[in-house]
Amino acid sequence: MNEVAADIKLSCRHVWKVYAADASPYFKGEVDSADATELSTRMRADGAIPAAVDVSFDVQVGEIFVIMGLSGSGKSTVVRCLSRLVEPTHGEILLNGEDLLKKSDKELIDIRRHDMGMVFQNFGLMPHLSVFDNIAFPLSLQGVPMAEQVEKVRRVIDLVGLEGRETSYPRQLSGGQQQRVGIARSLAVEPELWFLDEPFSALDPLIRRQMQDEFLRIQRTLQKSIVFITHDFLEALKIADRMMIMRDGMVVQVGTPAELIVNPADDYVAEFTEDVPLVRVLKATDVLDPEQSPTSTMPERDSACCVEELLPLLSRHKQGIVATQDGVPIGVVTATSVITALAHEDHGHGEDAAAVEEVLN
Amino acid sequence: MIRLRTIDWVWLGLIAMTLVFLALREPAAWLFTYPQDWVIPITPWLNVFMDWCVDNFGPFFRAFSAALDVPMAAIRDLLNWLPWSVTLALLTYIGYVVSGWRLALFTFLAILYMVVIGYWSESMNSLALVVISVPMAVAIGFGLGTLGFYSKRAERIISPTMDLLQTVPAFAYLLPILLLFGFGPVVGLIASVLYAFPPTVRNTMLGLAQVPGEVIEAGMMSGATPRQLFWRVRTPSALRQILLGVNQTTMAAFSMVIIASIIGGTADIGWEVLSTMRKAQFGESLLAGIVIALMAMVMDRITAAAATAEPGEPKINQSFLSRHRFLISVAALGFGIALLAQVIPLLTNYPEAWQVYPAQILNDGVSYLVVEYAAAINLIKTWAFFFAMLPVKMGLEQTITPFSWGFEFTGALKLLYAVAAVALALWAAFRHGLNRAIAIAFCATLLFFGLTRLPWPALLAMATLLSWQLGGMRLAIGTLAGLGFLVIAGVWPQTLLSIYLCGLAVLLSFVIGASLGVLASEFDGVSAFLRPINDTLQTMPLFVILIPFVMIFKIGEFTALLAIMAYAIVPAIRYSEHGLRNIPATVIEAATAVGCTRWQLLWRVKLPLALPVMMLGLNQTIMYGIAMLVIAALVGTNGLGQQVYIGLGDGDFGVGMVAGIGMAIIAIIADRLTQAWSKKRQEELGLSAEF
Ligand SMILES: Nc1ncnc2c1ncn2[C@@H]1O[C@H](COP(=O)(O)OP(=O)(O)O)[C@@H](O)[C@H]1O
Ligand SMILES: [Mg+2]
Repeated sequence: MNEVAADIKLSCRHVWKVYAADASPYFKGEVDSADATELSTRMRADGAIPAAVDVSFDVQVGEIFVIMGLSGSGKSTVVRCLSRLVEPTHGEILLNGEDLLKKSDKELIDIRRHDMGMVFQNFGLMPHLSVFDNIAFPLSLQGVPMAEQVEKVRRVIDLVGLEGRETSYPRQLSGGQQQRVGIARSLAVEPELWFLDEPFSALDPLIRRQMQDEFLRIQRTLQKSIVFITHDFLEALKIADRMMIMRDGMVVQVGTPAELIVNPADDYVAEFTEDVPLVRVLKATDVLDPEQSPTSTMPERDSACCVEELLPLLSRHKQGIVATQDGVPIGVVTATSVITALAHEDHGHGEDAAAVEEVLN
Repeated sequence: MIRLRTIDWVWLGLIAMTLVFLALREPAAWLFTYPQDWVIPITPWLNVFMDWCVDNFGPFFRAFSAALDVPMAAIRDLLNWLPWSVTLALLTYIGYVVSGWRLALFTFLAILYMVVIGYWSESMNSLALVVISVPMAVAIGFGLGTLGFYSKRAERIISPTMDLLQTVPAFAYLLPILLLFGFGPVVGLIASVLYAFPPTVRNTMLGLAQVPGEVIEAGMMSGATPRQLFWRVRTPSALRQILLGVNQTTMAAFSMVIIASIIGGTADIGWEVLSTMRKAQFGESLLAGIVIALMAMVMDRITAAAATAEPGEPKINQSFLSRHRFLISVAALGFGIALLAQVIPLLTNYPEAWQVYPAQILNDGVSYLVVEYAAAINLIKTWAFFFAMLPVKMGLEQTITPFSWGFEFTGALKLLYAVAAVALALWAAFRHGLNRAIAIAFCATLLFFGLTRLPWPALLAMATLLSWQLGGMRLAIGTLAGLGFLVIAGVWPQTLLSIYLCGLAVLLSFVIGASLGVLASEFDGVSAFLRPINDTLQTMPLFVILIPFVMIFKIGEFTALLAIMAYAIVPAIRYSEHGLRNIPATVIEAATAVGCTRWQLLWRVKLPLALPVMMLGLNQTIMYGIAMLVIAALVGTNGLGQQVYIGLGDGDFGVGMVAGIGMAIIAIIADRLTQAWSKKRQEELGLSAEF
């Protein structure tokens, strides 16, 4: 799932959002990215709130880009800048190569009507509308004919599994069902770009897991370009193609989940990765043994398999497992290579891991 | 040992100063009666201003009122022309649709009462005013509320103006409108719009502000234009709150329509009550009063049910017929009954012979009661007078005579009183702290000399000091300015009379009401018994409450006291019960777990925790008391309420206005003081008082 499509859907360049009476003086001259930290410190000292500080990233077509960070780190601010629910103070946002910040109000409404969908943490449903009317709301604002509305709403209702609840009102639904309505509404206009701001944070853990699976299922059929926000690292790992970690409005690190775990940029990132069960995160590709080559007696597994799934097999096949990509072998996973990879990450227990390695050898 | 803080010294000093002033009563009369020469002629100035307004803008206002007269007359004629059976059927049906058969039955019986008792056209004349004034008030209220929501600057003007509009007593509105717009039902209409729109403004601002940010953002992300965002996202999401405002507006409008009939010439149901009451035909007055009460309850229940109704089955792909089934069925029902009424004439004109009008029976019954129990009634009255009302008003010094208390208040007894008071204060100082001791010293002084005979500079200083203690500098300045205005405007004696009557009523209401609230919170049966009584009292237009008390106790201050108490007791009961019933369950569990008895639980856990909410109740009790004070002036009180009437009766704008503003000043100061006090206690307890 790590393949990166060549096309860039959305590009965020040096975006700042500063909450202050007047933030323009800070951006009089050229703002150099190198000075961003110093500038944001100065803003804080002045009593302004820099909620997004020099944020830059690209979202590829069809990928799930996750923004992660503690609460108050500026995630919501960034995603709202992308849809211009919040007007960025400085910077550039390119949608399909066009500058979003230059669009007039009218053009912006048009873009929101056709190209963007958004899901909210607390669902943001209209209390006075039924499930059907909530989902049809974006269509009815555009004046889409009733028959077409009914057809499109039916389709997304089937997609999110809400059949039979059309005439209920939001307050009659459980949290999980309400968020299904929110998801269906955001998909009703068939947008290409999909923003989700902590969509599952308000749900119970069990429901949350279930919704994550459903979300991945929906994405497999729709292949949207997604910006997904969460403060839950495990959730991020589960769904991210690439992710970005934020702190105090600043981007700390961008990369694939495995990259972040293998090479955390600093202690802040490392702290997130600390409690992660590595066997679930690391994929076969991440733990290849460079010293072994495939033989015909080894069983084959897809390279996207996570290590946890390989362990039982590995215990039965000491010589190793062949990792394949699209059926073509790309390397071998061995018990040693797995332990090496796990031990390498386990910063605190390096010596123990080395001892284990020795014993095995 | 007790340590005296500066503020305690100031308090003691003030009380001492008061006593010194009282000793100087002969040589320094100006301390007691603010000299006439020092009065600033605000009243004549206001009159000059009003004359100027009438001279310059009179024609404009009169044209406006002539324009308003057209739709008003149309609605009035329509309602009078419609056969009673049609109105009855339609209102019953509406009751059924918004709430169910219970409300339908209640509506049916209430309307039938108006028909059977023979007050149909009077009722419809009143209803016509409400039907016109509510949409106008709602439109104005919604517009201003929206403006206040979008513009912080507008909000800063709107909010305090609404405060003022709602605290100026309803009667004070009538005269300026009368002068500007001329005589007739239009006055009632305009007064009712002016009096009734503030609740809609407040609830609109509140409702719009309460719409969750995510709902707005969801609307924007759905591609709503600003207009769509307002009409299709914000307003419908806030609708429930706004409709609650409409409910309050309707009730205020109706109550003002009734009050406005005091001007006369309207042939409506309020006039019926007033004119019969003036002729001491209390049976008639009660029968008409019941019509008002029933109308109020029907309006309240229907608008409240409409505000809180769940949305019906959503309209997906419904035919035209089923989407508009409500309107269609209303039209069908109306037409059907109207046709029927063509065939059966009594459905149009209820035969007079069938009317039931038991006024005479009522009068006889009341006369019988009053005669039979004359001794008891008199006993209650004199007892209340000599042992409660007069001591507060004139002081024990004047009240205790052989005639009233049965003995002479000799010098020795006075000395005994003083010694007892000092002893009590000292005891309190050691047992409960200085605040309580100072309160006791003040009460002892007050009871001895009487509120109306205390020197005004001392009262002013004490009120200011109290404000400073509870709410800081701003409140102190506000209090001083407000009360100072009343002194220099020359209405201080009336102000004191109002404070005395209202204060006594509030005190008694609060003590009795809070006790009832405690009972209601402990026993579900008491709660179930009190709830409908409270509901009824609260929806009742104020002067209906007067009727039963006047019937039995006749005109006088005591009747006014009872009427004020009957109305002001409601919030005291409600807030106490609410506060006690909503203490966190964990606290109760913890207290029970450590072995509290029920009695200890109440006194040592529940009451202290419920105190902030109960203080909000006290605040509301005061507000209700002041609102009723003006109405109660109808049955003979002296004070600002009386002044408002004098202004209205003589067409003297200045007198009425100064008195009206005076009552607003008292209400606002009392409101701020109790709120500041409640806030202070809350902070000390780390609690919040949500109602
Ligand atoms: N409208 C606002 N005015 C002032 N400060 C704001 C506003 N919205 C957000 N902030 C501040 O910006 C920071 C980032 O907020 P947010 O983007 O909501 O964080 P997150 O979504 O990561 O929890 C926080 O410190 C928050 O207090
Ligand atoms: Mg957030």
